[in-house]
Amino acid sequence: MKEVVNLPVDSIEREEYHINMGPQHPSTHGVLRLVVTLQGEIVKKVQPHCGYIHRGIEKMCEKDTYQQIIHLTDRMDYLSAHINNHAVCLLVEGALQVEVPERVVYIRTILDELNRIASHQLWWSSFGMDLGGLTCFFYGLRDREKILDIFEESFGSRLLHSYYLPGGLMQDIHPNFQNRVKEFIKYNRRKIKDYDRILSGNIIFLERSQDVGVMSKELAINYGVNGPSGRGSGWACDIRKKYPYAAYEKVEFNEVLRTEGDTYARYMVRMQEIRESMNIIEQLIDNIPEGDFSVKMKPIIKLPAGEYYQRVESARGELGVYCISDGNKTPFRMKFRTPSFVNLGVLDTISREMKIADLVAIGASLDLVIPDIDR
Amino acid sequence: MDNEKLKEKIVTLVPEAQQEENPQFLTLVVPPEKLKVLMPHLIEEKELDFDYLFCLSGVDWGEELGVVYHLTSTRHNHSVEIKVKTENRENPEFDTVSDLWKSADFFEREVWDLYGIRFKGHPDMRRIFLEESWVGYPMRKDYTDDVNIIEL
Repeated sequence: MKEVVNLPVDSIEREEYHINMGPQHPSTHGVLRLVVTLQGEIVKKVQPHCGYIHRGIEKMCEKDTYQQIIHLTDRMDYLSAHINNHAVCLLVEGALQVEVPERVVYIRTILDELNRIASHQLWWSSFGMDLGGLTCFFYGLRDREKILDIFEESFGSRLLHSYYLPGGLMQDIHPNFQNRVKEFIKYNRRKIKDYDRILSGNIIFLERSQDVGVMSKELAINYGVNGPSGRGSGWACDIRKKYPYAAYEKVEFNEVLRTEGDTYARYMVRMQEIRESMNIIEQLIDNIPEGDFSVKMKPIIKLPAGEYYQRVESARGELGVYCISDGNKTPFRMKFRTPSFVNLGVLDTISREMKIADLVAIGASLDLVIPDIDR
Repeated sequence: MDNEKLKEKIVTLVPEAQQEENPQFLTLVVPPEKLKVLMPHLIEEKELDFDYLFCLSGVDWGEELGVVYHLTSTRHNHSVEIKVKTENRENPEFDTVSDLWKSADFFEREVWDLYGIRFKGHPDMRRIFLEESWVGYPMRKDYTDDVNIIEL
């Protein structure tokens, strides 16, 4: 045992020790374990240990048809399930050069944005909760519920939708859909002001988030941190602008950028993105063209041999699907470049020399979804 | 820079580079020992400036194992796909790029975990998802597991 009796006072503070944060810690929002090396209260190193919820989705994909893969992608980033589905659908449609009806394109874009709002609202709720403001949690979840109700009415599921299919949608939208979405937007515009009142200008929150976990633009690019986290550092990396897909070319919206790169900038980007998403939905919701909700596809989809890469902007960043096909009904190799996995990499660097309470704030501001990391 | 010029530029750096047909990206296969020569040029030269490694995937082509690097430049907006392949299935090893692109750190650990490809010079070459005691590399095509993989 170590002799501790005659040590000078400062040597105890100099001593480094490790603590395990997770896999059951409430602020990791899932089964992620961080081995934190501490000196007193100062974080010296963070080593993430993943794999508690590794299901081998990429391996499973090699045995599944493309329609079945859609259902697996829901389970990666369960908070943006529509957007994950969209990536695989676009990949298959691009490879087969299938034109989907305009109606499908519009509905998909609206649902993607609704999903993004729901995801950011849940993030806002849990972010506030992590920093000690429990009120946020109730407010955010109350409003997110409205979106989930719309989803439930239209296609029966609240979280894991699997609503998109290669070639279109599973079924047509509910007749109430447009009205309910418009009602929701009206409601949400009012409520988002409350969000700002509770958190955005709150002095305790500002103290906890400003100048905490600063990430420069170069660092963000080098670590590949994109999505709202990267845009908080001033990196214009929005896939919807850079490589437009679906109906994003037809709508006007701003790419939200902040240059501070701290936790507060990442927070403000997401808050502004909720507003931008609502703008996008408002431009599209009244103009959904009439038509079919799906094109007829062969029951067994075989992609021509070759390589395909498809990216979409999920609520957390760039979701890339890299697919190698050998012409069979199952892919030869399916790789998901998931945003949370990449964003986790920067956590160690930006939380060094910060307090351990700041680690919670930084981790929350990166918006990690654990099944998205582990796949 | 367009793909033709990019190709010319990379071929002057690595004469052995071979182009593969791919409508989406410029795809070049380079020998593994040339990776250490090519990669620093890709990120450091001003006119190439591939500062963003957006995807790194391990692939098992059946006989060959390999890694695919997807690179893009945030300033010039051009992209390239670099492939390395090896027939050594017992002890495959490539040079790491995690010193150039930090995002490669986790990607390479994932490839080591699931494909058993080692990266020379990587600072922390441990498995990322599975336990250290796991036998075999699950994403390889010849991997069999009677307990955990259910064949239908």
